[in-house]
Amino acid sequence: MPFIPHTDDDEREMLAAIGAPSIEALFDEIPPNLRVQSLDELPTGLSELEAMQLMAARARQDRRALCFIGAGAYEHHIPAAVWSTITRGEFYSAYTPYQAEASQGTLQSIYEYQSMMASLTGMQVSNASLYDGATAVAEGCLMAVRANRRSKAARILLPRSLHPHYRAVTLATALNQGLIFDTLPYARDAGHLSLDSFPAHDGQDFTALVIQQPNFFGVIEEVDALTDWAHAREALVIAVVNPISLALLKPPGEWGAKGADIVVGEGQPLGCPLSSGGPYFGFMTTRMQHVRQMPGRIVGATVDADGRPGFSLTLQAREQHIRRAKATSNICTNQGLLMMAGTLYLSLMGAEGLERVAATSMARTEELVRALTAIAGVRRVFARPTFHEAVLTLDRPVAPVLAALAQRDIQGGLDLIDHYPELGPALLVCATETKSSADIEAYASALSEALRPARAA
Amino acid sequence: MSKIPADLKYTRSHEWLKVLPEGIVEIGISDHAQESLGDLVFVELPEVGRSLATGEACAVVESVKAASDIYAPVAATVVAINVQLAESPELINQDPYGRGWIMRLKPTAQGADSGLLSALDYQALAAAG
Amino acid sequence: MTLSLREKLIFEYSRPGRGARGQWPGLPASAAVDALPEGLRRRRRPMLPEVSELDAVRHYTRLSQLNFSIDTHFYPLGSCTMKYNPRACNAAALLPEFAGRHPLAPIEHGQGFLSCMYELQEMLKAITGMRGVALSPLAGAHGEFAGVAMIRAYHRARGDLARDEIIVPQAAHGTNPATATMCGCVAREVAVGADGDADLEALRAAVGPKTAGIMLTNPSTLGVFERRIEELARIVHEAGGLLYYDGANLNAILGKARPGDMGFDVIHMNLHKTFSTPHGGGGPGAGPVGVSARLLPFLPLPIVGREPDAERVAAKPIYRWLGERDLPQSIGRLTSFGGNAGVLLRAYVYMRMLGRDGMRRVGEYATLNANYLSARLQQIGFEAAYPQRRASHEFILTLKRAEQDYGVTAMDVAKRLLDLGFHAPTTYFPMLISECLLIEPTETESKQTLDAFISAMAQILREAQEDPEQLHGAPHNLPVRRLDDVRAARELNLIYQGPAG
Repeated sequence: MPFIPHTDDDEREMLAAIGAPSIEALFDEIPPNLRVQSLDELPTGLSELEAMQLMAARARQDRRALCFIGAGAYEHHIPAAVWSTITRGEFYSAYTPYQAEASQGTLQSIYEYQSMMASLTGMQVSNASLYDGATAVAEGCLMAVRANRRSKAARILLPRSLHPHYRAVTLATALNQGLIFDTLPYARDAGHLSLDSFPAHDGQDFTALVIQQPNFFGVIEEVDALTDWAHAREALVIAVVNPISLALLKPPGEWGAKGADIVVGEGQPLGCPLSSGGPYFGFMTTRMQHVRQMPGRIVGATVDADGRPGFSLTLQAREQHIRRAKATSNICTNQGLLMMAGTLYLSLMGAEGLERVAATSMARTEELVRALTAIAGVRRVFARPTFHEAVLTLDRPVAPVLAALAQRDIQGGLDLIDHYPELGPALLVCATETKSSADIEAYASALSEALRPARAA
Repeated sequence: MSKIPADLKYTRSHEWLKVLPEGIVEIGISDHAQESLGDLVFVELPEVGRSLATGEACAVVESVKAASDIYAPVAATVVAINVQLAESPELINQDPYGRGWIMRLKPTAQGADSGLLSALDYQALAAAG
Repeated sequence: MTLSLREKLIFEYSRPGRGARGQWPGLPASAAVDALPEGLRRRRRPMLPEVSELDAVRHYTRLSQLNFSIDTHFYPLGSCTMKYNPRACNAAALLPEFAGRHPLAPIEHGQGFLSCMYELQEMLKAITGMRGVALSPLAGAHGEFAGVAMIRAYHRARGDLARDEIIVPQAAHGTNPATATMCGCVAREVAVGADGDADLEALRAAVGPKTAGIMLTNPSTLGVFERRIEELARIVHEAGGLLYYDGANLNAILGKARPGDMGFDVIHMNLHKTFSTPHGGGGPGAGPVGVSARLLPFLPLPIVGREPDAERVAAKPIYRWLGERDLPQSIGRLTSFGGNAGVLLRAYVYMRMLGRDGMRRVGEYATLNANYLSARLQQIGFEAAYPQRRASHEFILTLKRAEQDYGVTAMDVAKRLLDLGFHAPTTYFPMLISECLLIEPTETESKQTLDAFISAMAQILREAQEDPEQLHGAPHNLPVRRLDDVRAARELNLIYQGPAG
């Protein structure tokens, strides 16, 4: 029996100590009609050898393709030292650090993570992670409603150019608490949020403006003007950012005259493999004045009974296990191991490494866009500068083209028809530092072929 | 044995109320309350000028192991808050009836404190647990 | 002499210009970077470490050595199910084809992965007795949110808008009332009886036309089986409410009883508890939800679907993601993509290794271990909260007599256990029992380990009587002594500010 160490002797001695005739007798408080009759729907067990052979076979079905999809999950090189370190048993199989004296490794790592994220985002304090980027946006909106005493409205402005899944999750999470969401359109030609489309909101009480930088299309927003506009109307600014982009772009703490108020985002680019969508980690940072409204765990430095420095969880009175119905959030387990991956990644890469990853990814995307738009029928959509993604239109529906590319083991990008039908046949493409010129050449060549038949007609 | 000054009124939720000159009342939490909470680390105070209904949650006292709401014992307007508590929340632990006062209110109705407990009644309540 | 950190901060290893250069891509000339508007460029570098790869590895390795973990210590945390995390599960989840797959990759490139997800859904249905399962919630609390949101959606769909009360036992985990609030409901507490079962009279009085549902776990947080669960379910259903099962204690009954059979309408499972995925120092978890027939339309998205045999077309993929078109009444999407896929894969491999017999044995041996520990600890002088009841997979000891007699608290016992090489049990939860320890050994611990724990507890009892200072001052032998929580909260120091700070 896997993982159960008991011998017959052990069992006998234990039952004797309990004074029970059998293990079955220990279940005698469960009404007989509730006892499971048969588990035949479940397969029989496998040895580790059989299980690994099964998984190897399943993995073989999923070919490794050349991936040019971004859309919130980005393929970056993860130094081998990240996962070899965090899968050490002392990190991998440790619990939440409630017994601080037995968890200084985890606690100090979190403190270091908080310090790095606060600095990266230009803010004063960070939590120890949330579930993912999407739920972090939702939590940011709920936090803004708690923190913005002046606003009675619980109304949040969400750009249409915010990641569609982040928007969906925010609505599914926050509508139950009576929040109202209004959508801001993006400028059709440039792809950014333009203040010209805002006047309809003048005079209306709103609690916060969400600004994603870069936005879902990869387009760079005019964050200073947007931040000042929101602050002038006594609303808070919730920044949603890509952590790699912060190596090159101004951090939210420096947006506008006063800086953003709450910063959230998806931490996946920092050391987390793509892994079909998870586990990742969400991050949240803010100003000191809002720290008590921030959900999630927070680690603080303190001293022990001998005066030796150490770390412990702090401000726990906000959390579910103490505040219960009045907690800032119901979050308990978060994404600790992935936050550690992020911490290792940032330590290994440093500011210079991060800059190079960001710059190389931008350069590769630029190269990709040049190569693809050289093909007839392929056009770049938005005029403004972008980070490491771009939107292209094709002269025909995108889905069959992507299918043809997939046949050749190239994942060409994300079809935008469901989320942004107004763009026509449009494709979101991304290239990171993991793509070589040969890879880009291969994509261009395959796309050229996929588009050829219609041109002959 | 926690202290329960005889000249104050009390609520079921462990607040005390002292009548000051000119119809102002001063509010804090009892010795029993501060003892159960443990060392206080933070106090969240209402804004001066805010109007409160009887029983409305208007402040929060936070220790390492608990965060408790403070409820307005009478309908009133907030006229003063103890700003010392921002730097030194421990004043409530050290001197809950004196330097640990939390806020001063101007009741909106006369005789509104009739529903409150006497020191004796509060002592019975606190002893019961 | 000023004491310093056992292992200094990573920032203190930094030297300007140092870095793990082998990890850095070359710096290309790029028109795109040059095109970034001046006013939007970062001026000052963030404060990130400038260290060699060796220093980074050495630092975090040394930090890891300051931790307790399942791999190093017995960890009898009640309601956490700290069982062994099989390494095969990690190896399988990190196979390059799984680890490297983009969530939005075409389903043709993911049939292997999707087949594992589909089969996981099916196995979780079978072991819990539910009709449908969604895998996307990212943790137990997230699953709770999904569950309560589905209950609300169900009542709204019936036009019954008055139901906004969620009943929660006094002893419930804090996430339960917190979740009720997050869903726009009001949490209403009911008392528990003296024998550990819910007070049915109090429950009858509490239910009515405003009741949306009740959140329970079985066995309860008191470590005992709710014996009249069927009657309880009837009371709530007759009042028009639904039953939510918090799966935190599923390990006690795995393979022996099923929440679906008890009458629960919606459940969440904690894969990082019952199904052995790693706790990781605070996550990642996974909190899939299971539902009865009436809540099927409301499941959160996405879910993995399979083409029925009759409709299979050669060369077309069998497995796909179901979306809004398939479930128009879904409560919606709760996560960026499909959930914590890596965690789901680990749980899948674990369940395949256990198989049907292995799962039944989990419930059996978890219960044997808990009852053994409970009996022996009582024999050496500890007081159980419910001595007349069978322990489930966990049980509660109360130290209130030790506190009266020797001035020794549950906290003192917990800290002294750390000195003796055991992680402490859960303390002060449930709040109903004073000075309590909630102890859950799990099925992966041997009798030898349990006996060693019993010896340590015997020693602690002796010390309580003869030398209580040992306990009050514990821990003595760890990298740090007892930490000052009050100072941590009063003098907030939450980020490193540089050498001066």
